[in-house]
Amino acid sequence: MAANDPIHQFQIIDLFPVAKIGASEIVFTNSAAFMFAAVIVITAFLVIGTAKRALVPSRLQSAAEISYEFVATTVRSTAGSEGMRFFPFVFTIFMFILTLNFIGLIPYTFTVTSHIIITAALAITVFLTVLLYGLYRHGLHFFNLFVPKGVPLLIMPLIVFIEVLSFISRPISHSVRLFANMLAGHITLKVFAGFIILMGSAMGAVGWAGGILPFGMIVILTALETLVAFLQAYVFAILTCIYLNDAIHPGH
Amino acid sequence: MAEPHKSGTTQPAGEHKGGFPPFQSQTYASQLVWLVIAFVLLYVLMSKWALPRVGSILESRQKRIDGDIAEAGALKAQSDEAVAAYEKALADARANAQAIANETRDKQAAAAESRRKTLEDELNAKLAEAEKTIAATKAAAMSNVRGIAEDATRAIVERLIGTAPSDKAVADAVADALKR
Repeated sequence: MAANDPIHQFQIIDLFPVAKIGASEIVFTNSAAFMFAAVIVITAFLVIGTAKRALVPSRLQSAAEISYEFVATTVRSTAGSEGMRFFPFVFTIFMFILTLNFIGLIPYTFTVTSHIIITAALAITVFLTVLLYGLYRHGLHFFNLFVPKGVPLLIMPLIVFIEVLSFISRPISHSVRLFANMLAGHITLKVFAGFIILMGSAMGAVGWAGGILPFGMIVILTALETLVAFLQAYVFAILTCIYLNDAIHPGH
Repeated sequence: MAEPHKSGTTQPAGEHKGGFPPFQSQTYASQLVWLVIAFVLLYVLMSKWALPRVGSILESRQKRIDGDIAEAGALKAQSDEAVAAYEKALADARANAQAIANETRDKQAAAAESRRKTLEDELNAKLAEAEKTIAATKAAAMSNVRGIAEDATRAIVERLIGTAPSDKAVADAVADALKR
């Protein structure tokens, strides 16, 4: 059913109910299954890859080490060495999103990060971490973040208002960026795939032959989406680092 | 796990009629619960297991590299030391040889000098003795000359005038003539 429906791929499918909290039923869904698949894949990648603890790493171990050093370098360069206390957090976010994005690229799979509730929850987690750690670490001095130095007193209220607004809107842009990218990319892929079916069923053999054009587009788009899948995970992680840097060093 | 089936008994949360899937709010509670569980599980696995593991591998490799570099440095220092010791030994030997040569030369020179001196002294002594002998011979010859001259003078005067002059007159006359 709905083979040509580009929205169908985002459907949440209930697998089995688990519990009932108040009015809402907690159900194990396809989304949950893919999340746990990602957890298993990431853990296996890192633990099996380093099973031999080789001095000269194998390919898989080298890949695991590269992912570690990649995130560590990102954290250290954007949030300083003090930011390394958040390294496991950033690493978890990066690998979780990256793996979910990549799994979503496989045909017939489900893309967890194409759901706004997931990206919003991750973004709000980052937002609250920044807010709470900033307050815990610097107390009320954390709010110096909203008061840039060297601004004339006259326009200070306006500046503070803008700073506060931009701070509060961070989780929105943070979450919508990832969500929209994944959603749009997957819809585009599905739409082009739908063209092949449409042409084939409408025009017969000529249509199937002509379907090579949208198929070529799919190949190109898949390459692009692979880049986007990595890039969005990286952007999400580096923004997390930048926001954490504000919590660690609130002075502008 | 690729294409999960809808279990017939449960009402699927929003069978397409519920609108755009990401905005079907009745699915949010389930998604959030599983997200929290999965994310916390992953965080714990990463922070307690996987990351320390990878970190320790990287650290031990770094330590090994640093250790090897330090060892290489120590060995290099050792070899530098050995080279320095060798050079020093060489220089010492050279200086030693120089000293021995100098000493020997000085000794030889001193010995030659002293031999020359004794020889010279000996020669001088012989010379002096010879001169003394010459002087003595000359004096003896001179006194002989005077005696002969006096005898001759007396004989000549006796033959000329027939009388022998006094010894004193002859001696004075001879001394006077010799003085000239």
